[in-house]
Amino acid sequence: MAAPMLRLCCPGRRWALACIDGCSRHRRGAPNGCTSSRRRGQSSVAQQPFITAQKPRKGEHEWAAVVGLEIHAQISSKSKLFSGSQVHFAAPPNSLVSFFDASLPGTLPVLNRRCVEAAVMTGLALNCRINKKSLFDRKHYFYADLPAGYQITQQRLPIAVNGSLVYSFCAGKNRSQVINKTARVKQIQLEQDSGKSLHDDLRSQTLIDLNRAGVGLLEVVLEPDMSCGEEAATAVRELQLILQALGTSQANMAEGQLRVDANISVHHPGEPLGVRTEVKNLNSARFLAKAIDYEIQRQINELENGGEILNETRSFDSKLGCTIPMRDKEGKQDYRFMPEPNLPPLLLYDTESLPAGADPQQVIDIDRIREQLPELPSVTREKLVQQYGMLPEHSFTLLNEVGLLEFFQNVMKETRAEPKKVTSWVLNTLLGFLKQQNLAVSESPVTPSALAELLNLLDRKAISSSAAKQTDCILHSHQQCVKLLVSPHPRRLLLLSVFLIADILVGVK
Amino acid sequence: MPLKRMHFQFCLQTSYKAAIKVSAALKQGHITPTELCQKCLSIIKKTKFLNAYITVSEEVALKQAEESEKRYKKGHSLGDLDGIPIAVKDNFSTSGIETTCASNMLRGYVPPYNATVVQKLLDQGALLMGKTNLDEFAMGSGSTDGVFGPVKNPWSYSKQYREKRKQKSHCENEDSNWLITGGSSGGSAAAVSAFTCFAALGSDTGGSTRNPAAHCGLVGLKPSYGLVSRHGLIPLVNSMDVPGILTRCVDDAAIVLGVLAGHDPKDSTTIQDPVKPFVLPSLTDVSKLCIGIPKEYLTPELSSEVRSLWSKAANLFESEGAKVIEVSLPHTSYSIVCYHVLCTSEVASNMARFDGLEYGHRCDIDVSTEAMYAATRREGFNDVVRGRILSGNFFLLKENYENYFVKAQKVRRLIANDFVTVFNSGVDVLLTPTTLSEAVPYTEFIKEDNRTRSAQDDIFTQAANMAGLPAVSVPMALSNQGLPIGLQFIGRAFCDQELLTIAKWFEKQVQFPVIQLQELMDDCSSVFENEKLASVSLKQ
Repeated sequence: MAAPMLRLCCPGRRWALACIDGCSRHRRGAPNGCTSSRRRGQSSVAQQPFITAQKPRKGEHEWAAVVGLEIHAQISSKSKLFSGSQVHFAAPPNSLVSFFDASLPGTLPVLNRRCVEAAVMTGLALNCRINKKSLFDRKHYFYADLPAGYQITQQRLPIAVNGSLVYSFCAGKNRSQVINKTARVKQIQLEQDSGKSLHDDLRSQTLIDLNRAGVGLLEVVLEPDMSCGEEAATAVRELQLILQALGTSQANMAEGQLRVDANISVHHPGEPLGVRTEVKNLNSARFLAKAIDYEIQRQINELENGGEILNETRSFDSKLGCTIPMRDKEGKQDYRFMPEPNLPPLLLYDTESLPAGADPQQVIDIDRIREQLPELPSVTREKLVQQYGMLPEHSFTLLNEVGLLEFFQNVMKETRAEPKKVTSWVLNTLLGFLKQQNLAVSESPVTPSALAELLNLLDRKAISSSAAKQTDCILHSHQQCVKLLVSPHPRRLLLLSVFLIADILVGVK
Repeated sequence: MPLKRMHFQFCLQTSYKAAIKVSAALKQGHITPTELCQKCLSIIKKTKFLNAYITVSEEVALKQAEESEKRYKKGHSLGDLDGIPIAVKDNFSTSGIETTCASNMLRGYVPPYNATVVQKLLDQGALLMGKTNLDEFAMGSGSTDGVFGPVKNPWSYSKQYREKRKQKSHCENEDSNWLITGGSSGGSAAAVSAFTCFAALGSDTGGSTRNPAAHCGLVGLKPSYGLVSRHGLIPLVNSMDVPGILTRCVDDAAIVLGVLAGHDPKDSTTIQDPVKPFVLPSLTDVSKLCIGIPKEYLTPELSSEVRSLWSKAANLFESEGAKVIEVSLPHTSYSIVCYHVLCTSEVASNMARFDGLEYGHRCDIDVSTEAMYAATRREGFNDVVRGRILSGNFFLLKENYENYFVKAQKVRRLIANDFVTVFNSGVDVLLTPTTLSEAVPYTEFIKEDNRTRSAQDDIFTQAANMAGLPAVSVPMALSNQGLPIGLQFIGRAFCDQELLTIAKWFEKQVQFPVIQLQELMDDCSSVFENEKLASVSLKQ
């Protein structure tokens, strides 16, 4: 037991290195191809010299990891997938429960149009083929927070299939090299969320909250095209941005609106894939990467020590930083899938197949949804690069930090300063400051207008020739900051004084 | 006797059979809804031994009658059903009224909402007399397997049956020889047959409305799948269940169907197109009709009496100029086994929600959630339900799914296609028996287990559910034993009106006799303490 724990010390780092190599291999092999060709690509490169920075332990390079993801995104909608109850995070327990959600006998599901549209939008954004006919199925298992004893999902014929998720990776020295990678999207299916069980071990009771029961989910299944935690986390982050841009999900992992299950296996390149384990309910990008890397390392250790990988479900203990087998419901079981008899097939139309004189309220037109798709993150980034001559990696950072792009655009609106200068100020100075202070962009004490004014002043060289009083103020704040910060960056110090400057400017005006 | 009373008596004598006529009497003020309601309540009390009702909603009914009376006084009647007493099978959700499905699992369960069909009837001013008995969760064909005990067929106590029995020398103990109603909507059938109400809702998954209708001398209608909302009907097999209608004449069934039919936003399987209310025309000429006689329905188990009545009915159509042809439904013989797989699979799924957590029975065991589930379900369900859950889960297992469920679905398609072929060949309606024979005594019935009985008894009715077609059982004549025998008409999907029009013509030709319960009331004065009331309502 001690051995795998010891190896735990720096698995992330080791894998991050191995993974970068894997990325480039992957790119050369088959960027969008099927598993077999990808494997061939990997095996051919396996003979090539490996990581240069750190010599791997003997035999370690023989392992390749394969990671597939099942991502559950809660659909952002007013009401649930099959009932009229409202969807709200953190409402009082069992306050958003309709008769259907509580599975009262005789109640029937009625499909929420908004959820279908969200699935179509997401499918289109992920380059999927939208199935004009999809079906609903029942997946059975007994669990206290699943009142009907089954979940309505789309097992046989999901609403969208065969798509791709392109995500990008910063690699190389200083992480300045952007590598595009593709994970194939196997399918997107509509399904119901379950309720929540709150276990009170002291009183050996389980309390059930059905507020979440029946909320619409998009299950996005990514093929095993990733090979380490960081890749998986990056892919999930890109999906998150896409969902948020579409408005189909708030995709907030902390609030459980985006949950990830990872299927992980290791094998020798060129050989068949290994037995996989599933790590369930990963609810932060950081834990996702950690859990996957831990699990990869665990499997390698297990196999190298002559052990065997069990096809099992594991959970990630974020405190211990390791995965542990789950012993309850999610063990191997037969879900006894059956067609949902209370829902007719879900039919979608396009401009060609739209029946003449159809009531727009009764039908969903895929082409109309396609026309109304908002700008996707990849396009936004491209625009930033083209419009402002920004480095690609800077465009990533701008989008990855919640609210930062908007901040940047607002500054741009009010300043004549060079875009490069603004980018540098926002990404290095402001973001660095916020991170140091552990603040979100929305919590920034400096408003976009204030930063724009400062940049304008600098641009006009107004600051250097400003009144002595102002300079004194700035200097004064410099001195204060020197005490506060360990290694003050001149710009950061300057930024801190933006507050004061902004005050002064108000006074001047 | 006051004048009004005499009027009342008159109207009951001439028209007790049909809601449509009582409705006219209500409109003319010959009788008030409250009087009618009280009359029915007293009959319910007198016929309590039939075990037709699980719950009698006396207070609700009287209050509704009061409201109805106010409307009539103002001349604002809501329609033909305003003030008409009805009963509802106890597997339809009724707001504020216990809904048990005749199961320990739902004993004490009071739904917070009305099934759409119940709501529609109430919106028309109908008076809800109570919830009727059934086989547990509608699984059965005798109305003998519910936790509240079996339902007794009112015809067991009819003059017609009793006299025939007296003629026979081997007259044993009368009371132990009562007949079953058929099922699973036997409570509803008994309730209508015994005059405790004018119409009742049943449910029909494999024949559960038509079978007891045939045994109790009633009209039993199974509408097209998708014509009537299932919202609030506690399901047996979602893809086959249809709310059924039990009445004493075809016109009444048409009135009730007119109220119930149509799209329900709460049931996605109901038709989108609006359904117009309709009045059945009186068919005078059947010469343009083509009646199909499916040859596969001529089974060896069919009693000779039913068989001869069936051919008599065919001859009747023929003699009136209709074209009567033999047709083939080659896959009918697979219907029973196919139904068994599909039914039990859906049952296994539908019953999964009964875990004792949100509602219904919960056991005392609290060692673990799993232990609680197991004990709750063991205590809550009877052997029939548990047996079906077990086999259904077996068919749904990954390793069995293709071999059983998928195959059964394919066979179901073949069965449905058989009907399409026949109807495309120009047949307007199929004429078949409803049951193998007339009702049998309870003691006889329970010699076989539920599964065997269900398989036998649904033989003529099940295929219509497989195909989603409308079908109606119409009583034709009394058997040699003095018991009703019904025949079934099966129509094209969503051609329920045409089906009922033909059924109405047939009903008029055969002049099925009214049940004579007077005999019973004279004989069993201990049962009917208040003879005066009984005689007022039931005197011929």
